[in-house]
Amino acid sequence: MSDVSLEVAPGERVALLGHNGAGKSTLMKVILGLIAADSGKVSVCGAAPGDAIARTKVAYLPENATFHSALTGLEQITHYMRLRGENPSGATALLDKVGLGHAAKRRIGTYSKGMRQRVGLAQTLIGRPSLLVLDEPTSGLDPVSRRDFYELLDALAADGAAILLSSHALTEVEARTDRLLILSGGRMVARGTLPDLRREAALPVAMHITAHNGYDADILTALPGAIRVGRALHINCSQSEKLATLAKVAGMKEKVADIEVVPPSLEDIYSHFSRRDGQ
Amino acid sequence: MIARILATAITESHIARRNRWVLIAVVLMVVFSLVLSAVGSAPVGGLGVDRLSVTVASLTSLAVYLVPLVALLMSFDAVAGEVERGTLPLLLTYPVARWEILAGKLLAHTTILVIALVAGFGAAAAIAVVSDPAAVAGFGALWRLTWTSTLLGATFLGVGYALSSMARRASGAAGLAIGLWLGLVVLYDLALLAAVVADDGGVFTTQVFPAALLANPADAFRLFNLTASQATAAASGIGGAAASIPMWQSLISVLVWPLVALGLATLAFRKVEP
Repeated sequence: MSDVSLEVAPGERVALLGHNGAGKSTLMKVILGLIAADSGKVSVCGAAPGDAIARTKVAYLPENATFHSALTGLEQITHYMRLRGENPSGATALLDKVGLGHAAKRRIGTYSKGMRQRVGLAQTLIGRPSLLVLDEPTSGLDPVSRRDFYELLDALAADGAAILLSSHALTEVEARTDRLLILSGGRMVARGTLPDLRREAALPVAMHITAHNGYDADILTALPGAIRVGRALHINCSQSEKLATLAKVAGMKEKVADIEVVPPSLEDIYSHFSRRDGQ
Repeated sequence: MIARILATAITESHIARRNRWVLIAVVLMVVFSLVLSAVGSAPVGGLGVDRLSVTVASLTSLAVYLVPLVALLMSFDAVAGEVERGTLPLLLTYPVARWEILAGKLLAHTTILVIALVAGFGAAAAIAVVSDPAAVAGFGALWRLTWTSTLLGATFLGVGYALSSMARRASGAAGLAIGLWLGLVVLYDLALLAAVVADDGGVFTTQVFPAALLANPADAFRLFNLTASQATAAASGIGGAAASIPMWQSLISVLVWPLVALGLATLAFRKVEP
């Protein structure tokens, strides 16, 4: 990895995006001190990564969290609470919080993937971590559990925790995080809020125009570049031409039945940045 | 620190209980101890030794084989299993030092071993005392056998952790553990015996052989127990030739090996990159 620079402030939720093998997990392991960086500087809660002080303040959810299958969920969480010096009597409450209360005394070997993931989430909530590093936290969760998870996350962030999470589910990341970082081939190719990235990418805006019967040809001549797709007319224009094009369409309002303006989606922006380097 | 070691030990004992390791270790020790004490009860005639001391001599030979085996079986998975399951990276982000993790596992595994030893040796001792009231004289030897067996077990647990850290795969670690057991406990003695016979009282027998016996934790354990109970005559093979080694030397080997093994385990575990 090279040219990677990031900071996560207390109370901020930052999403790390990138294709498979872009370096998301590696970056997280460097932050956690599991892998030593060849060069560069990392500071976690004012300490070196992996340092005893840093480890008391950082919670981690690995990608595909796994646990010993012979232990029950309760035993596993109790163990983690004891390692963090927390009173293990809160373990049941913690499992209830992630919706595992009913399965607390069953062996993890009998859990589904989503349930194991929730054991992983429960252990990140132990104590009051200042930084949460979550590697694809919502993989394997159903839509309702995902919503519950982001609600937990919002509460933690409101409490002042800094959150760095990676995900492939772009739509939920768009709605639920404050800032995006995009990695590609081990390099950081973009960073900022979604509107920032949208502006920087300068991707064309698509307009779908439905004409009143028989006026298709008039509109096609008025708008060079428009093409017919089924019953609608599609035109792409840059951000700067957007208003001018809209004005033109508005000028023909007696010929136009409907217009739909489609801004570039998060997927479009994401592929724009991830493809720019190598892919 | 103590809380984190205890937490690991509690979790490891849950795992060992679920995996039936406790049961297997106890059954193994009890069955073999009972068989040996039944077999060993025959020749107690006019030797002038109480029955328990004879039983202890045979239990010593049993422990040399069984204790390292049980210890290696419990420990080969300790690090390699965590690496293979993928539980190690998460564990290492917790505020727990690597040596504390090993200490917790050691505490749990040693406790299981002690339970198995007490059950096995206790059963054999009970039979000896019931059939021969004079056997209480042998309790000193039994106590010595118990604590040295525990130290022998700790040595092989430590060696098992070291192998487990170096192998990084549970299957590889299992192979290494069995190979080590065969090498140190079975082949080592055979090789020494062959060399002593071939050497016929030369430099090897007087200089190298005693050092080689002391260097092997299993041999030092047997030597110490047999010399201490002056039962070397009753022991087969190696025992007679080793009578010249003073007891303090084998005692030092018995005491130092666990520390060396645990040191090796800590060093090897430190090198594991999650």
